[in-house]
Amino acid sequence: MTTEPDSSADAAEPRGAASATAPPTDPPPAGGPAAASSGKARVGVADLIFKNLTRTAGIGLLALIAVIATFLVLRATDALSANTGNFLTTEEWFPNASPPKFGVAATLYGTVVSAAVAMIIAVPVAVGIALFITVYAPRQLSSILGYIVDLLAAVPSVVYGLWGLIVLAPHMKGIQLWLNDYFGWIPLFDADSVGRSLFVASVVLAIMILPIVAALSREVFLQVPIAHREAALALGATRWEMIRVAVLPYGKPGVISASMLGLGRAMGETIAVALVLPASFNISEHILSPAGNTIAANVANGWGEANDIGRGALIASGLVLFIVTMIVNILARAIVARRREFSGSAA
Amino acid sequence: MATRIDVNGLTAYYGKFKAVADVNLTIEPKNVTAFIGPSGCGKSTVLRTLNRMHEVLPGARVEGRVLLDGEDLYGAGMDPVNVRRTVGMVFQRPNPFPTMSIYENVIAGLKLNGVRKKALLDERVEESLRGANLWEEVKDRLGRPGAGLSGGQQQRLCIARAIAVEPQVLLMDEPCSALDPISTLAIEDLITKLKSSFTIVIVTHNMQQASRVSDATAFFSLEKTGDPGRLVEFDKTSKIFSNPTEKRTEDYVSGRFG
Amino acid sequence: MTTATVSGPAVDGTADRLGLRGQSLPRWVPLAVAAGAVVVSLLIYLLTPVDSEIQIVLMAAVVFVIAMTAISTAVEGGRRARDRFATTLVYTAFLLAVIPLVAVLVSVISKGVGRLDADFFTHSMNGIGARDVGGGIYHAIIGTVEQVLLASVLAVPFGLLVAIYLVEYGRGRISRMISFFVDVLTGLPSIIAGLFILAFWVLALDQGFSGFAGALALAVLMIPTVVRSAEEMLKLVPNELREAGYALGVPQWRTILRVVVPTALPGIVTGVMLAVARVAGETAPVLLTVFGTNLINSNPFSGEQSSLPLYIYSQAGQPQQFAVDRAWSAALVLIIIIMVLNLIARLFAGRNRLK
Repeated sequence: MTTEPDSSADAAEPRGAASATAPPTDPPPAGGPAAASSGKARVGVADLIFKNLTRTAGIGLLALIAVIATFLVLRATDALSANTGNFLTTEEWFPNASPPKFGVAATLYGTVVSAAVAMIIAVPVAVGIALFITVYAPRQLSSILGYIVDLLAAVPSVVYGLWGLIVLAPHMKGIQLWLNDYFGWIPLFDADSVGRSLFVASVVLAIMILPIVAALSREVFLQVPIAHREAALALGATRWEMIRVAVLPYGKPGVISASMLGLGRAMGETIAVALVLPASFNISEHILSPAGNTIAANVANGWGEANDIGRGALIASGLVLFIVTMIVNILARAIVARRREFSGSAA
Repeated sequence: MATRIDVNGLTAYYGKFKAVADVNLTIEPKNVTAFIGPSGCGKSTVLRTLNRMHEVLPGARVEGRVLLDGEDLYGAGMDPVNVRRTVGMVFQRPNPFPTMSIYENVIAGLKLNGVRKKALLDERVEESLRGANLWEEVKDRLGRPGAGLSGGQQQRLCIARAIAVEPQVLLMDEPCSALDPISTLAIEDLITKLKSSFTIVIVTHNMQQASRVSDATAFFSLEKTGDPGRLVEFDKTSKIFSNPTEKRTEDYVSGRFG
Repeated sequence: MTTATVSGPAVDGTADRLGLRGQSLPRWVPLAVAAGAVVVSLLIYLLTPVDSEIQIVLMAAVVFVIAMTAISTAVEGGRRARDRFATTLVYTAFLLAVIPLVAVLVSVISKGVGRLDADFFTHSMNGIGARDVGGGIYHAIIGTVEQVLLASVLAVPFGLLVAIYLVEYGRGRISRMISFFVDVLTGLPSIIAGLFILAFWVLALDQGFSGFAGALALAVLMIPTVVRSAEEMLKLVPNELREAGYALGVPQWRTILRVVVPTALPGIVTGVMLAVARVAGETAPVLLTVFGTNLINSNPFSGEQSSLPLYIYSQAGQPQQFAVDRAWSAALVLIIIIMVLNLIARLFAGRNRLK
């Protein structure tokens, strides 16, 4: 690849060697491959060094991931082999006891349910915000709003957690009682008492990912070519029909990946959940009851007093979280890729 | 079907900027009327006021009247959505919906109007694609993405999409400017064929095209940049290109200006 | 396909023939309905035992949507009513979302401003219990600045090199693999990065908790963001620029460093600043690797440090009001820092000629 421009590069070579800081002067650092362009020029060597430097960085990234995976798996297997319960189905979490008994079932359940409820609340609202900013709001207002949403998306999760704990949780009591009163016949909303529940955690997560999903969706909608919007309007579409015909189909892959990013953030969120949830290990469909825990929150809460096995157990649960988020990401890519044929890329 | 359009004292703004001032003209039914003039003269703006697409742009507004068979498009109680269904439009760059197949593109407007019957839709797709001289080329791949067609085919697909809702008037905003000469010829043939059913208004910067396809021609111009564009002369195409009344028109059509 | 029996100007009924007219609600109607919905909800609030503000707001929203839809269906009908329904929903969603988001900012500002005194910035938590007044974030700011700087020093050159490899050299399987795993890292929950550094650096290599360990974890989180944004910017650099370099006889590596990277630089800086802003607010990985302390430790390479997010987390977890007040003030400081970083990123984005 790099041999092509070499001969023409001869003229520039002395200048290049003089002004460059170090690499070109020492003769054979990259070893064998340099010999291929043997007598041509020292510039070829410099090119080769630079190329290999970037390549090493790339391979270093792969190595980093390999090390991460190996290490987590090694630490996890130690703990898993000492486990007297079934790691996937046990609800209890006593990794520090002897014999240790722990399972990821309860925290995985909490992770999935709280993230799912957060998505149900946040995604439609986020799409609404994005549509409002890109289609409905007047020009000046929309650029200001876009800026504000971007800033809100950058607010750290610990701030949302703090707000959820101190401000939101007390206010959520009424709405949870009301849901229990009127929708208690649905097992989901049935509860003996209400408090800092999975539902409250979900609402905090929803508010946290709302600006993230909205900011990304807004960017996607902004990219819908004016030509498509005008084509729909010229056919006699109302504003909503224009959105349905031109904006949403074009933006769908982008909204899906934005939502998946939000889902990933919600599932991996540690601090906001750790601050809100009471950390109990049980699986219950009553999401208004003050109970529940997530994998990430459990790691944050539990690692301080964990012994060797306990840390391994937490790492094992972290691996489960990693795998679940990876599955979500791969699914999102598959959905986006499947729609590519009909996306705007051909236009 | 096909209607007459009377434009009375039309002035169009983009925010504070007056883009075109005091336009008066009458567009005859089942005729092709061409708008020509140097760039920035407001010919596309006038075209977009004829189906209320002008006001879609932020800050854009219109003064004056546009009468469709005597009814003011900008009058009280007029619904821009219905106006646009009655006055169809084809744009400068072909813009089929990228997420839709050829078939779905053609029926997009019909579906908005609540046509659901498969048989009727099939019939209308063939009718419209034949009307746009595209049927023979695409009849075997109606399910393929519309964006996969060539530029000229895409533009004819857009024309099929526009005529599928059976408008009275068809507006074309430089429909051939993004196309090669052969596709341009195909579109020009199509325009000549379509004028038996529609009132057609076409904006073009290509004077040969205007003289080839149109029955009447409106020449727009502006004094200098920043001034609003004005209608200089409006007459039969043959008159505009052979013996115009205005000196400025003659300069323009003979290529001495613009 | 109606047969045209009338032609000529201004005959009554032509509009009906063309179907141009449509019933439309006056502009004041949505506002009036919204006001009505609010009044109804306030009445419910005053007259019934319902006492949660959240419910009242939700109820007002529901009443507004239902009333608007009913009125619009009756007056405008059909497609226009559906359009109005969508508009109503979008506006309602927007207003409902604004309430909590604005509430977050208002809470942080109003509750945080109380402790923003010189003391707060110049003192650590040395000897201050949860029940005590006073105390500050000096040690936390030092920790955050050092950890984020170290993380950037590690992640930015590395990420930039990977991006250059992917854009300028990368072909074939290896680069596809790298690209895939960059995506995997993008979706990596931040606590996993913390767990990894905890298991690898702190425990297995027995390096102990330190600011540097935190920086390592933050660097793992920064790398994919830096790679992705740099990659996108480098791809935007027109190929003509590279070819112009080769045509002049400039070797490829110099073309990349002297022409391609400088052209993409403003965009790359934007991406880097956004990545910095993101990790500056990360709590979980820092919690597992830096541990946290009440004391000033300005050496990031040895011993526990603190950091702003960690400080907020530990203070928020205390039931005492003084601790919670400190958490709010620290949150305000953290948000301001992140906003400034974002503003810098925006400034560079404005100078980007590629977009």
